[in-house]
Amino acid sequence: MKVKQISVFLENTTGRLAEVTRVLGTGNINLRAISIADTADFGILRLIVDTPEKTMELLKKAGFTAKITEVIGVLVNDKPGGLMKIMDIFNKEGVNIEYLYSSLINEEGDAVIIFRVEDIDHGLGIVEKAGLKAISAF
Amino acid sequence: MSREEMQALQLKKLKDLVTYVYSNVEFYKKKFDAAGVKPSDIKTLKDISKLPFTTKDEMRETYPYGLLACDPEALKEIHTSSGTTGTPVVAGYTENDRTLWKEVMGRCLAMAGGDEHDVVQNAYGYGMFTGGLGVHYGAEAIGASVLPISSGNTKRQLNFMKDFKSTILTCTPSYSLFMAEVAKEMGMDFREFNLRAGIFGAEPWSDNMRIEIEKKLNLKAYDIYGLTEIIGPGVSCECEAQNGLHINEDYFYPEIINPETGEVLPEGEKGELVFTTLSREGTPIIRYRTRDITWLFRDNCSCGRSTVKMHRLLGRNDDMMILRGVNVFPSQIENVLMRIEETEPHYQIVIDRSTSSLDHVELHVEVEESFFSDETKNLEKIRDMIHEEMKQALGISLDIKLVEPKSIERSMGKAKRVIDKRDIKGEA
Repeated sequence: MKVKQISVFLENTTGRLAEVTRVLGTGNINLRAISIADTADFGILRLIVDTPEKTMELLKKAGFTAKITEVIGVLVNDKPGGLMKIMDIFNKEGVNIEYLYSSLINEEGDAVIIFRVEDIDHGLGIVEKAGLKAISAF
Repeated sequence: MSREEMQALQLKKLKDLVTYVYSNVEFYKKKFDAAGVKPSDIKTLKDISKLPFTTKDEMRETYPYGLLACDPEALKEIHTSSGTTGTPVVAGYTENDRTLWKEVMGRCLAMAGGDEHDVVQNAYGYGMFTGGLGVHYGAEAIGASVLPISSGNTKRQLNFMKDFKSTILTCTPSYSLFMAEVAKEMGMDFREFNLRAGIFGAEPWSDNMRIEIEKKLNLKAYDIYGLTEIIGPGVSCECEAQNGLHINEDYFYPEIINPETGEVLPEGEKGELVFTTLSREGTPIIRYRTRDITWLFRDNCSCGRSTVKMHRLLGRNDDMMILRGVNVFPSQIENVLMRIEETEPHYQIVIDRSTSSLDHVELHVEVEESFFSDETKNLEKIRDMIHEEMKQALGISLDIKLVEPKSIERSMGKAKRVIDKRDIKGEA
């Protein structure tokens, strides 16, 4: 099970992020997770939303460069050592992680870790073999 | 020489020139015939306006020898323009042309107070570019010692400057400031050097930049003007008054025209600078449109010279940019972006000189969906690739900035490709 992530190119100038959230807010899009990778000159906003296709349409209409990438979402307990367990497995299997970020998903204390790895099918196989739960949406 | 004597000399030379090119250069004969003008029609200096202009495009189209007026064997030296738009412009020098070049360039050095006691550190590039050898000949003419060091290798420049006690530095104004930065890093102090004059040209610069150069390099900075099409360096130069560049008008006849209509404008009016080479034998040029904007004036110059002056350049009449002394056309940038598979030619150039006196050139390239990635390293890879390709194609390093699509202002018709924030117009 893969998660659809939307990436948006942002210049490092005032108001760009606000503009994205305005587009999403008025389009009635619910944000599930968000992270930004930034460099000196630009940033890449990464979003998990409830309706990826509709979000893409809205962003493109507003003139943003955006694209959908598949990532792995792993459900973990929100407890010390939760992430460590997955990292250990990835490390043992030699999986190279490009980036990751996390989101709390409910009041029961479940969290989801979003992983971007080089070979997503390979990574997903490892997650599932280890008995961890990969989700497609949350 | 009185004004009348100068005009008489110019007229005599002009008549000879027109006869010479009419009988020796097919290109001019055709143009004169098409314009219905014969050499015998030139009776006064004013009659020069009957002659057709020569453009840079025509000089390119006639590459390599279409404008040659002499036997190719009579050429003793050949240079080409630094223009990087493909076909270069050719300048051919006979022995007499080279003597002439030596003379006019020597005068320029003399205007800056140069003589046989000087050590000229010539940091203009030697090679096909006219800057290096032109200045070299001038230094020979005044009997100075020359350090033919060419451009680059800045640390060595500074060490030699100190060790050989250079008194005159010749290079682009921005390179002189770069030298100042490197000297600072090396813990060197220009006050301990022997430099007293710098003769700077090949790119536009402002009075503010002059103040900065004079302060940082502890010398007097002179503006020099020249172009390959006409001779190279040596067309005009500032004297001690630093108020306008004296034109060597006995060799290069200047006019200012309205760039739209081609009409000759009176002295004092701003327009496009046009030159006719009065004495060249190899590649004589009739009414060359320089595309440089300035005006001509005469004053009772404190240096005693009575030659006509041109104000330092106010700008250019076309879209060519001079970035760190290198000619760059927007079309070149477009070509590179089109060549790179991932990118589209949606770009803008922002030139600034506010932070340091070196041109800071930023190339804004729109991020297309075709190469956008969720990973920063992929975008950085594209950015670095653009940087490398531009450097290869243009010869200078541009800062590449990736921008959001459509963030570059689209205008109706001609896109606004260049945002020039440099203040090079000075008091004008």
